Amino acid sequence: MTPHLLLTLPVAIPLATLALCALLQHRPALQRAISLLGSAGLLIASGLLLRAVLDGTVLATQFGRWAAPFGISFVADRFAAAMVVITGLMAVAVSVYALTSGAKERERAWFHPLYHGLLLGVTGAFLTGDIFNLYVWFEIMLIASFGLLVQGGTRAQLDAGVKYVVLNLLVTTLFLLGVGLLYGLTGTLNMADLSVALPLVPNQGLVGTLALLFLLAFGAKAAVFPLFFWLPAAYHTASAPVVAIFAALLTKVGVYAILRCFTLVFGGTLDFIGPIVGVLAALTMVTGVLGAAAHYDVRRILSFHIISQIGYMLVGLAVATPLAIAGALLYVLHHIVVKANLFLIAGAIRLAGGSYELKRIGGLHRSAPLLALLFVVPALSLAGLPPLSGFWAKFLVIRSSLEAGHVALAAVALVVGALTLYSMLKIWNEAFWKAPTELSLRAASEWRARGAARAALLLPIAALAGITLTIGLWTEPFVDFSILAAEQMLGREAYVQAVLGASASAAPLPMSLPEGGAP
Amino acid sequence: METLYALSFGALLAAALYLLMSRQLLRMVLGLLLLGNAVNLAIFVAGRLSSITPPLVPEGALGMATSANPLPQALILTAIVISFSLVAYTVVLFERAHRALGTLDPDAMREAEPRAEAAP
Repeated sequence: MTPHLLLTLPVAIPLATLALCALLQHRPALQRAISLLGSAGLLIASGLLLRAVLDGTVLATQFGRWAAPFGISFVADRFAAAMVVITGLMAVAVSVYALTSGAKERERAWFHPLYHGLLLGVTGAFLTGDIFNLYVWFEIMLIASFGLLVQGGTRAQLDAGVKYVVLNLLVTTLFLLGVGLLYGLTGTLNMADLSVALPLVPNQGLVGTLALLFLLAFGAKAAVFPLFFWLPAAYHTASAPVVAIFAALLTKVGVYAILRCFTLVFGGTLDFIGPIVGVLAALTMVTGVLGAAAHYDVRRILSFHIISQIGYMLVGLAVATPLAIAGALLYVLHHIVVKANLFLIAGAIRLAGGSYELKRIGGLHRSAPLLALLFVVPALSLAGLPPLSGFWAKFLVIRSSLEAGHVALAAVALVVGALTLYSMLKIWNEAFWKAPTELSLRAASEWRARGAARAALLLPIAALAGITLTIGLWTEPFVDFSILAAEQMLGREAYVQAVLGASASAAPLPMSLPEGGAP
Repeated sequence: METLYALSFGALLAAALYLLMSRQLLRMVLGLLLLGNAVNLAIFVAGRLSSITPPLVPEGALGMATSANPLPQALILTAIVISFSLVAYTVVLFERAHRALGTLDPDAMREAEPRAEAAP
């Protein structure tokens, strides 16, 4: 396949599925089949894309045959392709899960078109090589998420929607302002071209200020301290499949944008951005995990953990050695799988136990033993226990920060890991281990009566747990891949040349000397 | 001319932030609308206010010496469309929220995060 096709299919498939699902709104069975097919198609297309970039080539294409940097470019390096693959994987898992409880109500509220709209925005944001285009994909993702969040139309959802919408609109407008000023400074919007042009700007103070504006905008998207409060205010009101796909992808698009922009576009400002990111990362980890420790609603605990885990990914950028960036990449990939899975499990806990409220349920280890077993894998992986995927991701991040002399960051990361284990054990003790409540007993008999629906719930959960175990037990290829992807990002040369042609060259970042090596 | 644009951008931004900080959803929508327009103005100035000649190359010519910069206009057009649709959605959402929750004060909306969260 041509690079053009490989790069456009992961965007074209969700777009086509979105259109078809919208047309088939009054044919639920057909719509469901198309939606599943669309998710599977996205996974296959993204797999082909990953295979094409695995050897280190960077694929790039220009839309409308406008030569770069004048047209819109789509670019895929190892990192972008891996993100698209994991998006496809989540798309399939959540599509299958969404066939179960509450599917009819969701489908009446246009679940399938909105869901594929969300995937469209996410894959577009991962693949675009143009910063204004990135803004457009952000907005597509946002408007789909607005629709999905308030699907039930309940009072809590409307309340959550108001806060989520205002904060996210404000932040994307700031991002747009940053894009406009960047254009005023350099006359280009192409990210590869910007990475060449920005170091030549005479007034580097302005570049630094703009870098901070972008950090603010993307940081709020990624729920970084102190701009995280929209997330725990909103996520727990959505239905289980919706919040699972939100938790997997939305904040991670913010993290992707931060990693991409500060290695490529603003690579030169990393010296002074790094320490700021380090402080923010530590505060994000701590506030997130403390918020989780205070709550007794499964979804709220998990929402706060999204925040604390974002902190680990930022540690990678703060340290900014190849090994640290590799740790951040592995962390993003591992976290998407684990977090989506935990939210899917939370939905199953509500069905099997009767409530999300830990005080009101209990005894699930007996009434839903398979679910209990499947909970343990992602929960311990989130806390970072060996031999699961979270251990290796944390290991890389902490080892690289110790190597670079950031002892305080490493210490915070370790303590937060222990506190994560505490709140995972809280869910285990309350929901699974303690004596069943009356509510849970009633729910358990209904749970046992669900035949096929229960299988559709547990199948994606088991598959995602399987991926977590695979990354944990067969780590080497994943770590090697992350290190290669990190070196490719910090090297920049391949990315810039793929977009602008062989004549252009960007100086590699000073910290990109390959000294990390495999652990 | 740039100074005038910069001052109007500042005034619009200040008004938008003032409205966004009020405790009334309707004012917040207006604030978002003004903010979007302020940013559009900033993009417009960022593209330089060089000439008012339309960027249309005459037939037979290979280029033109001076013209208005078409790129910021394309960007602003995109941004206007996006902000229009998002503000339209926001207005509908706020109206639904007002009907369901009976208030326009976002601080008084405590459905998702109840004020007296039962301490464990």
